[in-house]
Amino acid sequence: MSTSSSITSQRSSEETIAEGSYSSQAPQAPVVSLAERKARNAMWRGRIGMTVYLILLLMPIYWLLNMSFKTNTEILSGLSFFPENFTLENYAKIFGDPTWYMGYVNSIIYVSMNMVISLLVALPAAYAFSRYKFVGDKHMFFWLLSNRMAPPAVFLLPFFQLYSSVGLFDTHIAVALAHCLFNVPLAVWILEGFMSGVPREIDETAYIDGYSFPKFFVKIFLPLIRSGIGVTAFFCFMFSWVELLLARTLTSVDAKPIGAIMTRTVSASGMDWGLLAAAGVLTIVPGILVIYFVRNHVAKGFALGRV
Amino acid sequence: MTKVENNKAWWLVLPVFLIVAFSAIIPLMTVVNYSVQDIFDPYTRYFVGTEWFKQVMLDERLHDALIRQFIFSFTILAIEIPLGIMVALMMPTKGKGASLALILVAIPLLIPWNVVGTIWQIFGRADIGLFGAMMAELGINYNYASEPMHAWLTVVLMDVWHWTPLVALLCYSGLRAIPEVYYQAARIDKASRWAVFRYIQLPKLTNVLIIGVLLRFMDSFMIYTEPFVLTGGGPGTSTTFLSQSLVQQAIGQFDLGPAAAFSLVYFLIILLVCWVFYTTIMHMQKDK
Repeated sequence: MSTSSSITSQRSSEETIAEGSYSSQAPQAPVVSLAERKARNAMWRGRIGMTVYLILLLMPIYWLLNMSFKTNTEILSGLSFFPENFTLENYAKIFGDPTWYMGYVNSIIYVSMNMVISLLVALPAAYAFSRYKFVGDKHMFFWLLSNRMAPPAVFLLPFFQLYSSVGLFDTHIAVALAHCLFNVPLAVWILEGFMSGVPREIDETAYIDGYSFPKFFVKIFLPLIRSGIGVTAFFCFMFSWVELLLARTLTSVDAKPIGAIMTRTVSASGMDWGLLAAAGVLTIVPGILVIYFVRNHVAKGFALGRV
Repeated sequence: MTKVENNKAWWLVLPVFLIVAFSAIIPLMTVVNYSVQDIFDPYTRYFVGTEWFKQVMLDERLHDALIRQFIFSFTILAIEIPLGIMVALMMPTKGKGASLALILVAIPLLIPWNVVGTIWQIFGRADIGLFGAMMAELGINYNYASEPMHAWLTVVLMDVWHWTPLVALLCYSGLRAIPEVYYQAARIDKASRWAVFRYIQLPKLTNVLIIGVLLRFMDSFMIYTEPFVLTGGGPGTSTTFLSQSLVQQAIGQFDLGPAAAFSLVYFLIILLVCWVFYTTIMHMQKDK
């Protein structure tokens, strides 16, 4: 993305926001003019407030993007909103060096593994929690949640020893399994919320029609909660993607995540700011790509499916 | 919803239990094991009972870290919750603008935590960062690496920037769940904007706000990567929070015993809050 296109996209965003909020305020019946004026004032305040917030929100990211197109000499010689000597050199360095770009590949591999494992185990469990009462169900649910709240720092050393002793140290699956600690409970929680929104009668009708449980689950139930599954996958992706402490501890060379590789930009000759910025920008891209697919359900997912 | 009693459902939960137990119970047992022993090398170890716990409870540095942690968590909650509600109220509700605003607002949440630290490390520097340079323009000798107050300001600002979108998105989804009829009724009654917020929107936001407050409390209580990258816990120990002092002790100084005892105390505090969270939510669902 070039700087000028990011500016124009921002401007068009303001316009579309304005249209959106205007249509929501348009009254169907004639209303008193004072109330109408008030509503219009409120709408304007909302538009301006939102624009200001978005500018503040995007400014640090824009600054990083801006820096990633500059040479180090230009970065250190002064502040400017646009790169004077536009360069793709920083990106070329990353894409031309396997020790750099393999970091992204490694991260994507363990994140995908984690996403698949989390969904596979969480789907049946979430169904059990949403449909049945069983011995210890509440305790189990609470225990799962408590793992979501466990500080990774607590588990750092034991994890290192555990995965070393079973010979999984520095493999993608080790990181994927470690991230299950917080992603599986989260997946169970979100899915349970979505599944509880599906009426029981659907299950019962299917059983009466002669569906077996696995057939019913895959053919009828899963399509009903597909937005929930999408959102859950997104959240597993997100929390595994942003985590670094465990990923860094459990890897050394072969499965090293990009976050750990970025520290290489610090050297005896000083920081390579341009390279650091370019590496940072590239870690933001996958997130933006995946959120596009779940944009309409993501808010409900953040509420753990409980709105 | 009424649930059927069926203990066979355990078979459906079993995979989750196994996979989480592997990552949770075994390491936790290791931590418990360390916390009651003095370990010199893999073959020489002594049982020391509760000595490490006593040492941890009396450790000044940890008290300081705990106090800093609480101040930090409450500060960011006090800023992020009201700000998040405000942003949610301003977010457009229909059309392409709504999707676009959703995506833009969510971006900070999708950035790896170390990159969030990096972004602010750059943004806050007076020589190459916009924010630092602006502060310098205002005549403040801004330097988060040497001034504790500036370091705090930058860390808090970073967390607000990073996590207010979470609160905003939660509230946004809560607001979307309010039926249009409520607003029509309010319009007929000529209710003021404040009355609409206080009596229609806020009550509907209670559920999501509870989730938001507790998620934010716990995640801020576990914060490690962002301040580590930004300030490295400094200057001095002014921005060293609990996770970081734990990692310093366990990895840096390799004091396994005290570090393990510390871990358990830390985990228990979070577990306690977590239990309150869980019972509140369960209570909420019962009321529905």
